[in-house]
Order: sequence, then C-alpha cells, then structure tokens
Amino acid sequence: MSYSVRSATVRFGSTLALDDVTVEVPVGSVVAVVGGDGAGKTTLLRALAGEVRLESGTVEGPPRQRLGYLPASSGSWAALTVTQNIDFVAGIYGLVGDELIARRAELLDRAGLTPAAGRPAAQLSGGMRRKLGFVMAIVHRPSLLILDEPSTGVDPVSRIDLWRLVSEAAASGAAVLMSTTYLDEAERAAYLVVLDSGRVLVQGSYDQVRAGFPGVVTQTSEPVREEWAWRRGRLRHEYWPGADPPTGATLAEPDLQDIVIALSLARRHMVPS
Amino acid sequence: MTGALLRAEHVTRRFGKLTAVDDVSMQVRPGEVVGLLGANGAGKTTLIRMVLGLIAASSGRVELLGGPPDRERRRRLGYVPQGQGLYGDLTVRENLSFSARAYGAADPVLPPALSRYADVLIRDVPLGAQRQVAFLAALAHSPDVLVLDEPTSGVDVLAGAALWDTIRAQAEHGAGILVTTHYMQEAQQCDRLLLMADGRLVAEGSEADIVGSTTAVAVRTDNWAQAFAVLDRAGAPVMLEGRAIRVANADPAELGEVLKAAGIEASLQKVPPTIEERMLILARGAKAS
Repeated sequence: MSYSVRSATVRFGSTLALDDVTVEVPVGSVVAVVGGDGAGKTTLLRALAGEVRLESGTVEGPPRQRLGYLPASSGSWAALTVTQNIDFVAGIYGLVGDELIARRAELLDRAGLTPAAGRPAAQLSGGMRRKLGFVMAIVHRPSLLILDEPSTGVDPVSRIDLWRLVSEAAASGAAVLMSTTYLDEAERAAYLVVLDSGRVLVQGSYDQVRAGFPGVVTQTSEPVREEWAWRRGRLRHEYWPGADPPTGATLAEPDLQDIVIALSLARRHMVPS
Repeated sequence: MTGALLRAEHVTRRFGKLTAVDDVSMQVRPGEVVGLLGANGAGKTTLIRMVLGLIAASSGRVELLGGPPDRERRRRLGYVPQGQGLYGDLTVRENLSFSARAYGAADPVLPPALSRYADVLIRDVPLGAQRQVAFLAALAHSPDVLVLDEPTSGVDVLAGAALWDTIRAQAEHGAGILVTTHYMQEAQQCDRLLLMADGRLVAEGSEADIVGSTTAVAVRTDNWAQAFAVLDRAGAPVMLEGRAIRVANADPAELGEVLKAAGIEASLQKVPPTIEERMLILARGAKAS
C-alpha cells in the first residue's frame, strides 16, 4: 500500500517546476525530499496533496480528510494559544469532546508542549512552533502526512524531537513525505529523493543510492580537473564519472553530500550517468 | 600561546541572574577554521559578541588581533551574520560598493557565477547567490579574522560547496575563521570544534572528542513499528534510521530486556553517536539538574 505521483510534470508559466517525476510513499515509511531553492520540493509535496494542477501524470492520494499537511510557513495562528490552535484544526475534522481532550493531551505530551499549552503561538520558540504545526497536521490521524521543511531553522535538540515525532507517525502506520535541506535527515529516512531543477537526480534507500552511484570519488589537495572538484575540510574531493581516476589516487568513500554534488556536477557538465 | 587572532580567557557574562557565558577560554589561530557548536541558548552568540567587542565581559579577558577589540582592530574583521546583512533594495553591485567604501577598500570583482545578478536587487536574488554576495562584501577588505554564522544553512549543496571553497581559500591565506553552527555538515568542514552547553565550553577537539562518552545503539527487528512504540513508551530517546531504530545514550543489554519483556526479538548493536545526539543528552541533563 502506498501513495504516489507518477510521471508528474508541472509548469508555472514558462518555468518547468517538475519534469516527469515519479515518487512513491509507502505506508509506514518516511520519504525525504532534498534539493536546494527552486529544486521543486514544495511543488512535489503540493502535487501529492492535490494542490497543484499537473500538466501530465497522475496522483494517488487518500481522501482529503485523511491527509495531514504542514506548510513551510508556520502552520499555526500567531494570536491563538497552543490549545486553541489544536482545537480549531481538530474541530474541522469533527474531533470534539472527550476524544479531543484525550488526543490533545497525548500529542502535547509527546511533543513536549504541555507546559506551553496556554501560550500564544507568537510567543513560542521556532522549534516549538514547528512542533505545534506538526501536532496540528497529525491531530486527525491522517494516513498520508506531508511536511514541508519541518526542521529548517530549528535548533538541533528540537530537530531530534521532530524526527522522533515523524518516526512515531510512520511507526503507527502513516505514509510520510517530508522535504528537508539537511542531508543527514535524508540519510535517516527509509527512502530519499534528490531533486535538482525539477528533476529526480537520484532516489531510493540510502544504501541503494550508495550502491548505484556511478564512478568514483577521489580525495586530494590538488584536483586534476577544477570543475569536477569540491571542498571537504582541508582536502578536496573530485568526481570521476567513468571510474577512471589517475593511478595512485586516494579513493574516498562517498557520503550523501559527495553523491549529490557529484551527480549535480555531472548533470551540469552534461555527462550521461 | 601567542599569535592567536581571537582569544577569550576565563570569560564570563551575566545578564541579571542569568549567566549566559560561564568561564569560557578559547582561541582561533591564523589559518584555522574553528566550529563553535551549541543548541539555541547555549551562549554562542553572547561569546561572539564579547570577542568582537560589541558587549563587555562581566569578568575575564578577550583579545582581538592581540589587543582589546576596539574600532581600529575591528576594521580587520569580516562578519557574515545569518541574515546576510545586505540591503534588499540595493542591487548586488550597489551592496558591494557600499560595504567596500565603508571599509575603505576597492569594489570587489564579481565572479562569473554572480555577474548575471550584478544589477538585480538583492531581494530578487536566490539565497545561495545572496550568501555569496554577503561573503564578497565581508571579504573585500581582506580581513584577518572572519566570523560566520551558519554560512551554508539552507543553501543548496553545490552553492554550499562553492562557499566552503571561498572560506578555505581565506584560511589558506592566513585568516582565522570562526564558524558558529549547529549542523553536522558544517561542523565536518572545520579543523577543530568547540561545543557549548548552558554557557560553558563542554568539549573541544575533533568530532570524536565532541561526542565523547555519548553512546548510541541501533535496534534491528522485523517488528520495528512495535519495537519503536515500546522503546518510546519506556522513555528512551528513539528515532528511526532507515528501517532501524536508533537510541541515544542507551545500554544495549537494558534495551534488549525491555524488548524481550514485550515479546520482541531484535538485534542490538552499538553504533557511532552523532554530535546532535551529544547535544540532546546535554540539553536533557541541563533540564534535569
């Protein structure tokens, strides 16, 4: 059982926002989408949520009331308290009375927000506000949870808290699609999708992505081809798409950062990979 | 030790009853990229503001370029705040001209990647390019000390790699660089790391020195959803990692007992902890005490 977008193409005016993108989000899994500004992350998320019109392709999502969505903006109302924010959204889904009280208490506790229950959202720290947004997205136990950069600008401790909440949602059976700018989060997801200018650069589990990476990466202080090299600490890494580095070169074990840079460079230099 | 570009010796700063920085000693030497890590409220910003002479220390001594951080010495400093410090209503070229003149330097030459934005208003330029402009502005007067606040956070991976090329080139020319960050990707680009928690410097050195005695365990089981719920309910700091469950600061034997009691078979294995797990444990310790 999974939700998906298949062969999706989205155009805004003359901009190709998504170009033939297929992504599947299995139930009980976290799928992380990474990519820079303008890579198409938000468009992909909104496509699966049924909020953008596809030029071509198909979307398979749950009915509206089974969908939870955390937008990249705060996702809560600044003037309402934490409790009021949750109750308002719960009301939309018909969650009221004792059931609401129990669900609210459970979620506040899990998110560590119980002490802040009476505080207006405007007075929460960035991390707390993202956790509130998450709680609001999940209050009705959605079967598909879509999170747009839940952890951007959030301090590391809140990031770990958020990742635990996301994990918990997947463990209790939701399909989760989230975007992030942090590669370590993508490494931790069951599946990762790397987007670059509206196209999928690579996708799969981190192990699959590593195993399928074409070519080799070497480490050196003096790269042979500047345009294929990038910084890693005091050294530089260099990509050899044809796996043909000079003899005696020191090979590096490429991590996700190396893989994303290498494949982005390959795409820019138009080398088939 | 002589020759440090930035130095703090037993520096403390109090705000009323709050001790924001508590007896911290650190230094940045020429050619070094030092990462200053810590959660929000750990005291990173207060420490930086003292070292730059923007606020006074309650006690202890700070030195910038071998003396007190006065105006004259601050001229040899480059600073890139997280919000870039650029003017949205000015073009890229105007922003660079403005900051170059403020420091009495020549206008910097735009690299090819930025030249197409030369006459575009900063607010209409993509974030990655904005960061590059902020760097050019901070570097125009060839500063001896660079202070960077999360320089590559939110920037796409290629643009981030280009920024690190620029940062490293400065270090190779002898500048000392202090990077405040709470992201692993940035920490791993540094030569040496400092970790602050609750106003104190709690660890210093390589990534291994920073994670210190923190432990982490990977739990692998076919019944991962139930195992996750059981461990979470037991109060363990759990998270998913692919199909495995990761638990920070845990003892494999104890976790095994908890799972066994719930009738779950699992393999447990010690794995290398992350800097973030160390920060989480520190933050919980601070709350408990």
